[in-house]
Amino acid sequence: MSVVIIKPGILDSLQDAGRYGYSHWGINPGGAMDSFAATVANALVCNKTTETVLELHFPASQLLFEQNSLISICGADFTPVLDGAPIPLWQPILIRKNSILHFRNQQKGARCYIAVHGGFEAAEWLGSSSTHLKLALSGFNGRRLEKNDQLLFKEPCIYFASLLSAGKPFRILNWGASVYNTYAWPNEIFFIPGPQINYLAIDAKELGAVNFTIHPSSDRMGYHLRGEALTITHTEEIISTGVTRGTIQLLPSGQLVVLMADHQTTGGYPIIGTCIQAHLPKLAQLRASEAIQLLPVDMESAEELYCQQQNDLQLITENCQLHLKELLCKA
Amino acid sequence: MMQIYAIGDGAITLSLGNQVNDFLNKKVIAVQQWVWQNRFSGLKDVVTGYATCTLYYDAFIVKQHYKPASSAYAWVQQFLEKAFHQSLVELYTEPRSIRIPVCYDEDFGTDIKLLAASKSMAAETIINIHTSNTYRVYMVGFLPGFAYMGMVDEAIAMPRKQQPQTVAAGSVGIAGYQTGIYPLSSPGGWNIIGRTPVQMFNENKQPPVLLQAGDEVRFERISRDAFNNWMGQ
Repeated sequence: MSVVIIKPGILDSLQDAGRYGYSHWGINPGGAMDSFAATVANALVCNKTTETVLELHFPASQLLFEQNSLISICGADFTPVLDGAPIPLWQPILIRKNSILHFRNQQKGARCYIAVHGGFEAAEWLGSSSTHLKLALSGFNGRRLEKNDQLLFKEPCIYFASLLSAGKPFRILNWGASVYNTYAWPNEIFFIPGPQINYLAIDAKELGAVNFTIHPSSDRMGYHLRGEALTITHTEEIISTGVTRGTIQLLPSGQLVVLMADHQTTGGYPIIGTCIQAHLPKLAQLRASEAIQLLPVDMESAEELYCQQQNDLQLITENCQLHLKELLCKA
Repeated sequence: MMQIYAIGDGAITLSLGNQVNDFLNKKVIAVQQWVWQNRFSGLKDVVTGYATCTLYYDAFIVKQHYKPASSAYAWVQQFLEKAFHQSLVELYTEPRSIRIPVCYDEDFGTDIKLLAASKSMAAETIINIHTSNTYRVYMVGFLPGFAYMGMVDEAIAMPRKQQPQTVAAGSVGIAGYQTGIYPLSSPGGWNIIGRTPVQMFNENKQPPVLLQAGDEVRFERISRDAFNNWMGQ
């Protein structure tokens, strides 16, 4: 009753919506880098939206499904292939037991999420199953997945057998999620200017004209932006203060760092701004060497974009539940 | 001067200035406690810095629940102003006193010789000065359970090292006028002067961290034998 890692990926781990409420102890929220894709993955297989999912980086793990499963793959396009046949993203797929899933190449995006109906068994700590790599806690033994790791399913999913036609290894179900709004203009990231924006010689608007790329050293902790060093006009040191995912810090060298899921809870670098919630999924899908443009936006627009995205998620969730109910009734 | 500003569209900071000062720190902790006691829908986290209190919230939930006339941010800003005016330092900040045993042997305190040399004093003197103060935990951050404590006597204050090195769990260090304990093994730039056998972080305990903002800490010198005994328990 599980999925087995037959070939490990570079950094694949179990994640959920994150561990909130403990930052005052220095314990960061973590969680899926692209929480939108993780949520949609769950919605497509009718899980609760915060259910544990598998986060994959490229090269990704090769997986053997030991039981019939209802799965979905969302986020980055790593060209998923099931027993030799390409399968789509953003759609629920019924797969027969003993199918092998692997990923051919990194077409687009940086992180891909797999949800299984019912969810994966995972160790919880402080209300979350997200793997905390630094503390080696939670998720699957607190670490990235390795060869022969066996991820157990919470539910047996026995009733799916009858929905698969004989001889066919899988069946793509006829509902999906439209996610165009979330990922359109992938390199344009909106931000709200922060308290130390005036440490730069240029203003927020002019920052939008600077060409940055994502440095290869970027990871789940943060993205280093590579670009022309920015001129710093203030040098007053900042005492440490709370930061968040998306916060853009100014290093003394004039380079910028954008904090990501595994960021530290506090920081003492000047805060130029913070990327808006609605663009964190796009940000999470940017790869090393790709371009990034930081464009200032006002609070009202930021909130509107975020609320629109949350509304989209609710619609997707409700829609998927209706479809699955219908399917199971017919079966 | 009190200031409130946005950290994106999911966080908001109340700042009382850019200085390390007991009164400002007590006030931001009082604000944090007031916020915990008057939680609103959509509140995810509250973090205090030296002189800041940051609220993390979900703008979508705030909008759904409170239907503010303008932005969720404006609503949370008003809430934070209320927290600032209604939180009372006297009511909330009764400090806990915590004693932490430290072994200052040189193989633990890997930088104590250098620190002594640059201050032209004996290592003994540094230890005496370090153990004679009571330190306030101003904030917790950087690593789970890492407490930023101060103020260190000027005589032993030392800027952090240029090159971070791997530091063992329990290491006690000095950076500028701050002192702190590494809860986990980690790269770090603080000048290490000793090590405590006490766990600063234990995932199975509730809470999992020993020190919290507002605590008062005193270091007590222990021998290597006492350190080993403690670890053996």
